[in-house]
Amino acid sequence: MTKTIVVTSGKGGVGKTTTSASIAVGLACRGFKTAVLDFDIGLRNLDLIMGCERRVVYDFVNVIREEASLNQALIRDKHVKDLYILPASQTRDKDALTLEGVGKILEELSKTFDYIVCDSPAGIERGAHLAMYYADKAVIVTNPEVSSVRDSDRILGLLASKTKRAEEGADPISEHLLITRYSPNRVQRGDMLSLEDINDILSVPLLGVIPESQSVLRASNSGDPVIMDAESDAGQAYSDAVARLLGEEVAMRFVSKEKNNWLKRIFRIKEEIA
Amino acid sequence: MTISAKLNKVLHYFKGVDKTASNKLAKERLQIIIAHERNKKGKPDYLVSLQKELIDVIAKYVNINKDDVCVDLDRQDGCSILELNVTLPNAVEVSN
Repeated sequence: MTKTIVVTSGKGGVGKTTTSASIAVGLACRGFKTAVLDFDIGLRNLDLIMGCERRVVYDFVNVIREEASLNQALIRDKHVKDLYILPASQTRDKDALTLEGVGKILEELSKTFDYIVCDSPAGIERGAHLAMYYADKAVIVTNPEVSSVRDSDRILGLLASKTKRAEEGADPISEHLLITRYSPNRVQRGDMLSLEDINDILSVPLLGVIPESQSVLRASNSGDPVIMDAESDAGQAYSDAVARLLGEEVAMRFVSKEKNNWLKRIFRIKEEIA
Repeated sequence: MTISAKLNKVLHYFKGVDKTASNKLAKERLQIIIAHERNKKGKPDYLVSLQKELIDVIAKYVNINKDDVCVDLDRQDGCSILELNVTLPNAVEVSN
């Protein structure tokens, strides 16, 4: 049975595309045939994060308008086998995506793929609605910051009312909270909302915590999803999150304050300078 | 940066968790606004004007404050309940 996962947040810039890319790579690495779809029509970026921007020929809208076949538009990922990317188009016509068109594409994909990851655009407009409409699971990406938490709550409301599962009265979409850019040190200092605070407000099961990390920017610079950087804290945290998404029990890492280790500090400063 | 601001920063660094921590404030503000927004969710837009008109009608007959009328819409088991709660003043004077 194919599972469709939407990566959504409401607010922009919290790490939806970074997360979509890493989850898709993580699932494919475990042998699941995975497709990752960019729903951000007009502002495509998943191609850059996946490092396939120069191989885009056809896109999502071409397939919907039947100007290209799905197989022509899907880009084979260069990092992992069994991973394919469907880029968004750069057209400004946001109405190009239709409910039926998206439904048809997902149906065709589900014949051969195990997982379909839908990278939602920010906001609550058409693209975001279509990205979540057919989902079985939702990963809600949230920063420990007031506007992001509030927007996530709005998105949770939409997931529970404006989706196929909600409309048909089927089992609700399973919700998973992913907290990104988390800094245990700042939480300790009282400058940042803690995991417990966010859980008290949103009450959604925690899928993972991605620490604030320099490796995320490095990964996007090079076009290699951060999960491939197995040395980095963020990469390891994404691997853990993928394991939990598959039902494994993995303890949370990178959630408590680092010991004030002077040696470690010096090494970190050295790394930052380098 | 003024000297006192610098001093505050240094103090803040050494103090660790303090009572006026900004994350506590953030949590409180979020809890209030989100509870408010969840309450509004799924309710029809006409509720506000319905409430206003009901108050006007009742005020024609009874001397009430606009805060004494509460209109709410609840959904239970597929049926909607419109709840109208009017607090009448202590001595109800029937005005004929």
